[in-house]
Amino acid sequence: MKKLINRHPGIVSRWALGLLPFLLIAVIYTAASTARLEENPNDKLLPSASAMADAMHRMAFEPSKRTGDYVLWTDTAASLQRLAIGVGLAALVGLVFGIANGAIPLFRAGLSPLITGISLVPPMAMLPILFIAFGLEELAKVMLIFIGITPFLIRDLQQRTEEIPEEQIIKMQTLGANTWQIIVRLVWPQIMPRLIAAVRLSLGSAWLFLIAAEAIAATDGLGYRIFLVRRYLAMDVILPYVVWITLLAFVIDLVLRRYSAWRYPWFHGRTA
Amino acid sequence: MATLELKSLWKEYGDDVVLERLNATVETGEFVTIVGASGCGKTTFLKMLLGTESPTRGELLLDGKPIPDEPDETRGIVFQRYSVLPHLTAERNVMLAGELESSRFLGHTFGRMRLALRNEARQMLEDVGLGHAMHKYPHELSGGMQQRLAIAQALMKKPRILLLDEPFGALDPGIRRDMHKLVLKLWREQNLTVFMITHDLEEGFFLGTRLWVFDKDRLDPQAPGAYGARITYDLPVGRDDAHTLDSIADRVDSTARALND
Ligand SMILES: Nc1ncnc2c1ncn2[C@@H]1O[C@H](COP(=O)(O)OP(=O)(O)OP(=O)(O)O)[C@@H](O)[C@H]1O
Ligand SMILES: [Mg+2]
Repeated sequence: MKKLINRHPGIVSRWALGLLPFLLIAVIYTAASTARLEENPNDKLLPSASAMADAMHRMAFEPSKRTGDYVLWTDTAASLQRLAIGVGLAALVGLVFGIANGAIPLFRAGLSPLITGISLVPPMAMLPILFIAFGLEELAKVMLIFIGITPFLIRDLQQRTEEIPEEQIIKMQTLGANTWQIIVRLVWPQIMPRLIAAVRLSLGSAWLFLIAAEAIAATDGLGYRIFLVRRYLAMDVILPYVVWITLLAFVIDLVLRRYSAWRYPWFHGRTA
Repeated sequence: MATLELKSLWKEYGDDVVLERLNATVETGEFVTIVGASGCGKTTFLKMLLGTESPTRGELLLDGKPIPDEPDETRGIVFQRYSVLPHLTAERNVMLAGELESSRFLGHTFGRMRLALRNEARQMLEDVGLGHAMHKYPHELSGGMQQRLAIAQALMKKPRILLLDEPFGALDPGIRRDMHKLVLKLWREQNLTVFMITHDLEEGFFLGTRLWVFDKDRLDPQAPGAYGARITYDLPVGRDDAHTLDSIADRVDSTARALND
């Protein structure tokens, strides 16, 4: 018998092992929900699966009586748009400043202390300032995401840039490269897959900031909706929304991972 | 005209003297092989030639002027550890020097220029026996193949001075002979000045025009860092008998034991 650390599950047992906890949670939830509903059919805390399905059907496929929108989809579109703009901007700024800081000592000397300082400010504490400065419109929400994750991205990419082996940088110089060429032919291509990895890590916080901002000031969006229906204890909407958000997060992560593996085989081949 | 002059050159790291009082003159077109115990400062010497380390005392002159203190295209290098770029295929690694030269801003070439560079690169890859691995990334190549790729990449630039840090250590004897031939051929064609570190004394004797042995002629076993290595033998090679080879081998062995136990 092999040692435990050397025993790997096959494809079937991997799926079975992976799904088991989910199944278990579903079973426990259903049991608990049924028990509570038997005691009090109007209980709102643990709605039954069919109640949640009804609620989601209403949100997704019936136009809202008040606005005529299909609420789930407008919420999803609004949230994803904010997320995309916020994370996209942060990635761009993180890339530019991360590379500049990592590759050019003079740049680093000037900017690193500032970025370290900014990264220590809790972004949520900035939220009121953002609302005052940018109003209650889209900009404030996007800015919260941006401010929340950009310092992390800059610092992470700066570190990754500094980790590029000295030998390779010397090599580029002996092949006649100037500073700009070292950046476009060595640093930038090597940092791109690391940017994707860093964005994947920061997406968790990005969602946090998005939902927080929407909860406080918005008229649509996934975070707005769950905090709105909270007033009516509408768990039949909140729970499926949370699952939906989780699913979106999972799909985004998967797409980024797959893209990176396809686009940068040398990166994944080496770390595998 | 002298290419390179070492004038009582010292290198120290803190209290550790690595190299002391190196004096020598190397003319254009010489092929200097360097042998010496592990840890005696051979790589450190190459780094000074490269410009990434500077001498703590003395002078290192290239054409009468202090050698530039940053790496540039006059001095090519193949490192002890693999120095090819992991994000480029073998072909793109070899094309890189040409691309950097012809496109100062983008560092990429297109169209006919690119085609010409690619053909040159393919020829070079054939020469080093990597014709079949053109489109592979370095992580898909063995250590020896990566090392050949690094040599091909460095030679494409046609540097004046080529620095090789144990370039053939990981190669099997057959390929090693082919690489010797290739390096000698390019050395003659391009009138390179070559400095090559090797642990293989016979390779040193056979390959170069001049053999340097780095060794500590004063050695305090209690404090190996107190004295630095010097050039203890500076021989024109080809004319020396087997006896010299043996006595050098003995000296280097005993220094290696003192340094590395
Ligand atoms: N950056 C550094 N700081 C301090 N000491 C160093 C540094 N670089 C090298 N040394 C020391 O200098 C000495 C010579 O190192 P070097 O790498 O030149 O040896 P070498 O002759 O190339 O050995 P090998 O044959 O094993 O490659 C070693 O004792 C090493 O510890
Ligand atoms: Mg060495």
